[in-house]
Amino acid sequence: MTQEPLIYARDLVKKFGDFTAVNGIDLEVAPGEAFGFLGPNGAGKSSTMRMIGCVSTPTSGELRILGMDPVRDGSRIRGRLGVCPQLDNLDPDLTVFENLTTYARYFGIPRSEGRRRAAELLEFVQLTEKADGKVEPLSGGMKRRLTIARAMVNEPDLVLLDEPTTGLDPQARHLLWERLFRLKQAGTTLVLTTHYMDEAEQLCDRLVVMDGGKIVAEGSPRHLIDTYSTKEVVELRFGSDTPASYVDKLEGIGDRLDPLPDRLLLYSADGEGAVSEVHRRGYTPSSVLVRRSTLEDVFLILTGRTLVD
Amino acid sequence: MVTTYAVVRGTELSTPSRVASILNRNVSALRSGPSYWLVLFSGFFEPVLYLLSIGVGVGALIGNIEIGDKALGYAAFVAPAMLAVSAMSGALAETTFNFFFKFKYVKTYDGMLATPLKPTDIAIGELGWAMLRGSLYTGCFLIVMIAMNLTTPFWALAAFPATMLVGLAFGAVGMAISTMIRGWQDFDLVFTGQFAMFLFSGTFSPVQNYPLAVEILIGLTPLYHAVELVRGLATGVLGWGMLVNVAYLALMTVAGLMVASRRMAKMLLA
Repeated sequence: MTQEPLIYARDLVKKFGDFTAVNGIDLEVAPGEAFGFLGPNGAGKSSTMRMIGCVSTPTSGELRILGMDPVRDGSRIRGRLGVCPQLDNLDPDLTVFENLTTYARYFGIPRSEGRRRAAELLEFVQLTEKADGKVEPLSGGMKRRLTIARAMVNEPDLVLLDEPTTGLDPQARHLLWERLFRLKQAGTTLVLTTHYMDEAEQLCDRLVVMDGGKIVAEGSPRHLIDTYSTKEVVELRFGSDTPASYVDKLEGIGDRLDPLPDRLLLYSADGEGAVSEVHRRGYTPSSVLVRRSTLEDVFLILTGRTLVD
Repeated sequence: MVTTYAVVRGTELSTPSRVASILNRNVSALRSGPSYWLVLFSGFFEPVLYLLSIGVGVGALIGNIEIGDKALGYAAFVAPAMLAVSAMSGALAETTFNFFFKFKYVKTYDGMLATPLKPTDIAIGELGWAMLRGSLYTGCFLIVMIAMNLTTPFWALAAFPATMLVGLAFGAVGMAISTMIRGWQDFDLVFTGQFAMFLFSGTFSPVQNYPLAVEILIGLTPLYHAVELVRGLATGVLGWGMLVNVAYLALMTVAGLMVASRRMAKMLLA
């Protein structure tokens, strides 16, 4: 049985004046999926998320969320979404617990039910002992967890997370991933944006890579790696020599060469074989690392190395 | 996490319950700290101090003032104006400083708009709250006026709803202005305007004392209408002109609300 997609977009466009933030994308997200938007800053991820969250009107194209029209049924759709924005907008005038209970009221959830859910969710994000304190003293990771708890207060059918772990330390990120993974296992549909490859690999069943307002690739992390990169990557360093000067010398080894300022990346299905070939040609790198291809390689291949900030 | 709740889903909430959820938020904020109470407290005292210093103090040097066919003591003339001013400043404090802070800095409304709430709900909810704050001041002030024998309980009860309308009118316009303000420095302009109105809107002297052109100019400004309406009711001197005052204030309320919610939608739902 095929279920109706929770998100359906065809040729979706968002313009701000002359600037085209989202330039004709097609999307379908099925119930229970963990779906990711991957892309550099300015790729159009957040603009897309805001349209999905029904807080931004598409300039053109078709968009249906939970089978409804975001322009006509925005309020009703938002009632079934959970949103964790990129920048925390927790209420500083309220306690941690009240942040959840007052938010529950915005969804029309009865008071007693709101209190019950707030207690349960604080337990889930491990903030129970902070319940009566204000928001301000919380660490970045705690605030983010509270924002996620707040996004869950209406038991959403679809949770939108815009860069959920940006700016957090590794411990906080891992704790957050673990919580999100649990939500995913419980069947919650997650849609997230990220520019962290490890995050996308950890959490997403399927993802799209966005660049310049367009979708440039789509698939599971594994599929993307298989399609756009080679099985292995060799990282070669040549002491004080510039890696770029070796591009001609190593031409023909592997599928492609990518010189970085500090090292040369050699994409090849057989890393060890490529290293032997480098030695056979008479070059002795100061260090050699053969590793599996990651989503990061795909990302850099697809979106280039130009800084877009 | 997999639990079943009895809440009906997918149905749209009614506007009153959405507005009520915003009032609920402000009540929670009020309960959660003493800082807000301090602000409330100081807001009440300002007009009382003016009443005592100018109404009673300066009033001792001044004779009676004729309103309609009634001769009023100066304090009884100034007190209703201070009542209108408390309604104005109470509501304005809420929809200027507090609103702007939530709107631009802590992004409270961005958070609210990710829920079923709409900009109009937020504007109405915040305005309702601002009016309640103004009414808390005016309620207390009316008790002071009764205690000082500057009005009667009957006319105090008649004036109270008028102060609520004054709160709505100024609160709504203040909110609309707040959506256009670029930074804190712009508030200086707002406060200057507020202070000029405070001094010249028939608050401390009848507007007939000014040259005709100035009198007409004052007649166009909002606090004049608020003072006329509230003074008429508090002193029991009624006139048909008060209907114009009511219409003026009602128009301010509606126009302010419309501008505020449209601007919010434009800025937060881009």
